[in-house]
Amino acid sequence: MKAALPALESAAAWLLALLWLSPLLFALWAAFHPAALVASFRLDAPLTLENFVQAWSMAPFARYIFNTFVLVTTILAAQMVLCTLAAFGFARYAFPGRDTLFLLVLVQLMIVPEVLIVENYHTMAQLGLVDTVLGMGLPYMASAFGIFLLRQSFKSLPKELDDAARIEGCSDLGVLWRVYVPLAKPTLTAFGLVSVSHHWNNFLWPLIVTNSESVRPLTVGLAIFGAPESGVSWPLISAATLMSALPLLAAFLLFQRQFVQSFLQAGIK
Amino acid sequence: MSKRVTKQALTGWLLVLPAVTVLAAFTHFPIVRTMVESLYSKGNPVRPSHFIGLDNYANFAADPVFWKVLGNNAIFALGTVPVSMALALVMALWVQSRSGKAVLRLAYFLPTMLPMIAAANIWLFFYTPDIGLLDQLLGTFGLPGRNWLGDPATVMPCLMAMTIWKEAGFFMIFYLAALQGMSPELREAALLEGCGRFTYFRRVLFPLLMPTSLFVLVNAVLNAFKLVDHLFILTKGGPSNASNLLLYYIYEHAFAFYDLPAAAALTVVLLLGLAILAISQFVFLDKRVHYR
Repeated sequence: MKAALPALESAAAWLLALLWLSPLLFALWAAFHPAALVASFRLDAPLTLENFVQAWSMAPFARYIFNTFVLVTTILAAQMVLCTLAAFGFARYAFPGRDTLFLLVLVQLMIVPEVLIVENYHTMAQLGLVDTVLGMGLPYMASAFGIFLLRQSFKSLPKELDDAARIEGCSDLGVLWRVYVPLAKPTLTAFGLVSVSHHWNNFLWPLIVTNSESVRPLTVGLAIFGAPESGVSWPLISAATLMSALPLLAAFLLFQRQFVQSFLQAGIK
Repeated sequence: MSKRVTKQALTGWLLVLPAVTVLAAFTHFPIVRTMVESLYSKGNPVRPSHFIGLDNYANFAADPVFWKVLGNNAIFALGTVPVSMALALVMALWVQSRSGKAVLRLAYFLPTMLPMIAAANIWLFFYTPDIGLLDQLLGTFGLPGRNWLGDPATVMPCLMAMTIWKEAGFFMIFYLAALQGMSPELREAALLEGCGRFTYFRRVLFPLLMPTSLFVLVNAVLNAFKLVDHLFILTKGGPSNASNLLLYYIYEHAFAFYDLPAAAALTVVLLLGLAILAISQFVFLDKRVHYR
């Protein structure tokens, strides 16, 4: 009995894993088989790449991938700069109103930009940023999560390093760049990976604020392509879905360790 | 001395200024503007928008659809949060102690890396009547199929199953992080005392994981309110609002019915919910769950 229980648990663990993978396996199956044979699930059905070729030619997926790439990079670059500066200020400087301001920053942990789509759209319209990459990215550029994470990491570094660098004649930004940023690299990487995977997959706000193919990211393009009313066949949708998820999934599979470590680190807080 | 202090304060202000400005512009300012907007009427060419007090709220309070949507959100949260949290904890325990744990971890975590839209596209095929996987599976057992997403009785469970699949692996990560932070001596001590595995879990691990559970709980509830991407593909909130959720309802009012004040009033309701969530997290975090 004592040996049987772990064996049973092991079986359950693998069964759950199989169950968890099965939707993706079905998508793979459908994407690589001719439409007529998809529903039959015959193991001897011939494999084909036709679905990928056809899906690729039916919608501008190359353009969508490029747009998503630009969007994700823009947000990441801006977040890195804004959040690092703010985290440094909150961690190492005493100024009046600091604690109140920090509390106000933390509000965004709960009230995420998705909730405020209506007014933010209004703002973007006033700024003339509707249907631009900047408009899609701007509400996310000062991430409370990033500021919080980096502030924790900066605070844990010994103050003596800071003092020493200043005695050597480093300016404020010099200390940040030469001492804090290099030492907080694991946190910056962790935040970066979490941010990239979040924004690669983000949908609602980009859907609202874009209306042309030249700006639209992958998720929005895929939603339009795969919407039931578009009448596109299931194998084509599977192929398109896999193509859209592939860049991020490939990156994840290649750097799995790094990804999971990053999520772990960001999760501990 | 005082000159150094002012210089320090000034530098601090300058450092946080860019981020705080962006945050204020897209979080705090819109919150205030939403509240104000919700007190006005929807304008039209004949009669411009004017102050109507709480009428927008009164309209919703009298609207059964609004209560239906709120109820859906509650059902959605109650149906997805406990199950995905329990699964996440079991997954974390399994991944921590089993051989082949890298493969298991990958399998559990993979759905998290998928866009919600992609997940919905895949799951749509399961639920499609007749040709969908679920109906075919039932067919092989000689059972009749049904219109899973078109039937008010089955649509919510269908959406919940997909959401649990998508989220459990993400929450697993938080439990995994907490488990890795625990010292192995704890387990050894418990085993020395003759503690069984289940007792060890119930008396030692579970209480120690309380802060993590609370953190995951808050995030899971938050997700239950902000995740609506799948509705765009799977149901559009239908049939007749049986699967409509608050944020999607807001989207409909703002971008399909162009009734901005109504959307603003709904947003205030959502904000209120999130505020209650934040405050209860704060209170509970301070009280019960501090073991370390």
